[in-house]
Amino acid sequence: MKLTLRVWRQQSPDAPGAMASYAVDGISKDMSFLEMLDTLNEDLILRGEDPVAFDHDCREGICGACSLVINGDAHGPERTTTCQLHMRSFADGDTIDVEPWRAAAFPVVKDLVVDRGSFDRIIQAGGYITAPTGAAPEAHATAVPKHDADHAFEHAECIGCGACVAACPNGSAMLFTSAKINHLNVLPQGSPERETRVLDMVATMDEEGFGGCTLAGECATACPKGIALPSITAMNKEWLRALRKGLR
Amino acid sequence: MSPNDSSFVHYTTGEPLADAKAPEGPIAERWDRRRFGARLVNPANRRKHTVIVVGTGLAGGAAGATLAEQGYHVVQFCFSDSPRRAHSIAAQGGINAAKNYRNDGDSVHRLFYDTVKGGDFRARESNVHRLAQISVEIIDQCVAQGVPFAREYGGLLDTRSFGGVQVSRTFYARGQTGQQLLLGAYQALSRQIAAGNVEMHARTEMLDLIVVDGVARGIVARDLVSGEITTHHADAVVLASGGYGNVFYLSTNAMNSNATAVWRAHRRGAYFANPCFTQIHPTCIPRTGDHQSKLTLMSESLRNDGRIWVPKAEGDHRPAADIPESERDYYLERIYPSFGNLVPRDIASRAAKNVCDEGRGVGPGGQGVYLDFADAIRRMGRDKVAEKYGNLFEMYERITAENPYEVPMRIYPAVHYTMGGLWVDYDLQTTVPGLFAIGEANFSDHGANRLGASALMQGLADGYFVLPSTINDYLARHPHREAVDDTHPETAAALRETRERLARLLSVDGDRTPDSFHREIGELMWEYCGMARTEEGLRKALQRIPEIRDEFWRRIKVPGRGEEFNQSLEKANRIVDYLELAELMCLDALHRAESCGGHFRGESQTAAGEAERRDEEFSYAAAWEFTGGAPVLHKEDLVFEYVHPTQRSYA
Repeated sequence: MKLTLRVWRQQSPDAPGAMASYAVDGISKDMSFLEMLDTLNEDLILRGEDPVAFDHDCREGICGACSLVINGDAHGPERTTTCQLHMRSFADGDTIDVEPWRAAAFPVVKDLVVDRGSFDRIIQAGGYITAPTGAAPEAHATAVPKHDADHAFEHAECIGCGACVAACPNGSAMLFTSAKINHLNVLPQGSPERETRVLDMVATMDEEGFGGCTLAGECATACPKGIALPSITAMNKEWLRALRKGLR
Repeated sequence: MSPNDSSFVHYTTGEPLADAKAPEGPIAERWDRRRFGARLVNPANRRKHTVIVVGTGLAGGAAGATLAEQGYHVVQFCFSDSPRRAHSIAAQGGINAAKNYRNDGDSVHRLFYDTVKGGDFRARESNVHRLAQISVEIIDQCVAQGVPFAREYGGLLDTRSFGGVQVSRTFYARGQTGQQLLLGAYQALSRQIAAGNVEMHARTEMLDLIVVDGVARGIVARDLVSGEITTHHADAVVLASGGYGNVFYLSTNAMNSNATAVWRAHRRGAYFANPCFTQIHPTCIPRTGDHQSKLTLMSESLRNDGRIWVPKAEGDHRPAADIPESERDYYLERIYPSFGNLVPRDIASRAAKNVCDEGRGVGPGGQGVYLDFADAIRRMGRDKVAEKYGNLFEMYERITAENPYEVPMRIYPAVHYTMGGLWVDYDLQTTVPGLFAIGEANFSDHGANRLGASALMQGLADGYFVLPSTINDYLARHPHREAVDDTHPETAAALRETRERLARLLSVDGDRTPDSFHREIGELMWEYCGMARTEEGLRKALQRIPEIRDEFWRRIKVPGRGEEFNQSLEKANRIVDYLELAELMCLDALHRAESCGGHFRGESQTAAGEAERRDEEFSYAAAWEFTGGAPVLHKEDLVFEYVHPTQRSYA
């Protein structure tokens, strides 16, 4: 396959960025999108140009590092991560736009790499269960109904990639935050911190500069792990419940 | 700068090495005895101690969180943008624990026995027994953290079986067990970061170890965003930086997993043990072409219900559906009737290689075997299969564009895990005082072959329970250290050498990319130090590696500058270390003229083609000392008091 790539190039956080055009040739349909970018970078290095910086690591769709907006869609046309997107999803001769996540709370580091430290700080605000090592009771001391365990798991699948934020017209992190709150708040182990968790995480989310939620639903459409929109509704209920209990 | 002595094969044998920390006495009491014998640091004094932890995977994340909970000041590093992305996250299948919830005859002793046997009698009994004991506490700890393990309808935890064992002791969270366990550790770590007990440096990579007066006192690191090279000092340094499987270029490791932390520590005096013990995982998706950047694992749990086969006849290229039952060879079930498709990984991998070498492989290039779920779908129904393996099937289809519900999966072995690593004693301390290695970075528990679902167990055992106990003893015995800063000659030297190495990489301005060298060394290692090794091949590799290294330093091209975000520089610097480590791996493989576990020497096999150990000569761990030229071998004799070494049989 022969393709034209239009890639966002930005030297550093404060430098102005622009789209740059590159022709790539000899692309196999079995390549992943990132392997296609590897090919471009090998060419750029040999031509003495600066290769395109992009985040990636496991290339199995689980670490959440890769983060490209492809033709306007977070992670591109398939519902998966960029590393699991294959070139068979494109046609010979296509022009493909490649951009970084764009959100105020995710400043660009270089080219396609952004800083998602704000996600870590949301988790630090309460996305955990306080269970210091050694303090745990026997695992079978508390049975967890399968339905609740499955609900927790389905939300715990979030890989923290940030596609939800990139897809949202408001740059909101509601789906990311609600996934963790749903995971932990449904479990009996998570219930002692149920109220403080949701209040603190939501407050941090707002402080980090993420936008508000208007239920556009783009986040759930972009989520490579299929975390669904009702997750946000459930978080809102948890938040109102905590507020009513007068814990703030 | 790089060891370039062509006489690498003329290594010498030095003083034997002994683990002085494991207590005597009945094996089941040793861990308690060690903990009681270990000195403690008063809670009020702990905050005066700084501990550096490199890595945030299962071992590092668990250790950082636990040490901080105890009151130590932890300074932690990861090269990713977030500690949540460490490669432990990609572990799929599960974690072993001797809970015996199934009442199927499991016990701590059986897990101990299975692990020693599975490791082909090349691990230390004391360590393995401790691991089995701690396994049950890990499950308790993770459940308390909210790790959503699979559960039965009654609300209790579900388990499944894994290769090399006949009980169901593997706890799992669909095909994402590593992710869930890692997020548990990451969340515990996050709590400590928020509390100010852990100073987290993301996107920062360790490039050297600072050793002052023979004691580990800090690290040299590079901020990957600004390119700034900094030093960090501490009272102890813990390496939790993972394995070195990426020496092979193609592996199931993440793209950025690398050997730099352990290799630089080795160069500063930490012995490297059993570097040739690498695990080739039998069930990975075959490669599709030269563009391939990494290989993807399909969880071993698939072997619970999938049946592995190839056509009986050579060169049978019919589609799988057109090959009648009578013309299929379910070779694992045929050769190993009692374990069948669930033989240990080394055995399953070698068997796959053998049938492919016979010309019976399937798929492009004949480098694949079928993993077939047709029987499972008939027996359990498609929905049940989807519930158990759905995400793995989806992943397979996404990569190959083939639907495994309809056509059998094609799989082939790939490099997956490294049992070798820095030599550590029972306290997980390396030969450099004050330097500890945990998780895959050390060599301690898996011998010559790791059983499935045991990596997660070991990483968490080391991080949550072992290291936080043993490091107390070290810190209590060395309470008052003189402060070290950048003006100290040993720190200044480490800093200068790191800067010079990076500057040299940038200045060569040759005509080959870092990847081209990585690919070359990887192919060489796969060819001569992969699934089957011979003296002839290893000698060839040992001759070739210094040549590649020379060429690297003449022809490498790294664009850009050091004082900026520069992924090519990161990569090239890691390859510098692979090009040295590869040589030690080949030397270790050459010197160990026996077969054991994942290390298969063509010259040492039974009549049936199985690995033949030679206990009289090789019942030891090989710990190598760096000299700059030919290394020095130190042998730690392995003593088996509880599990009698036998020829492993899974037939």
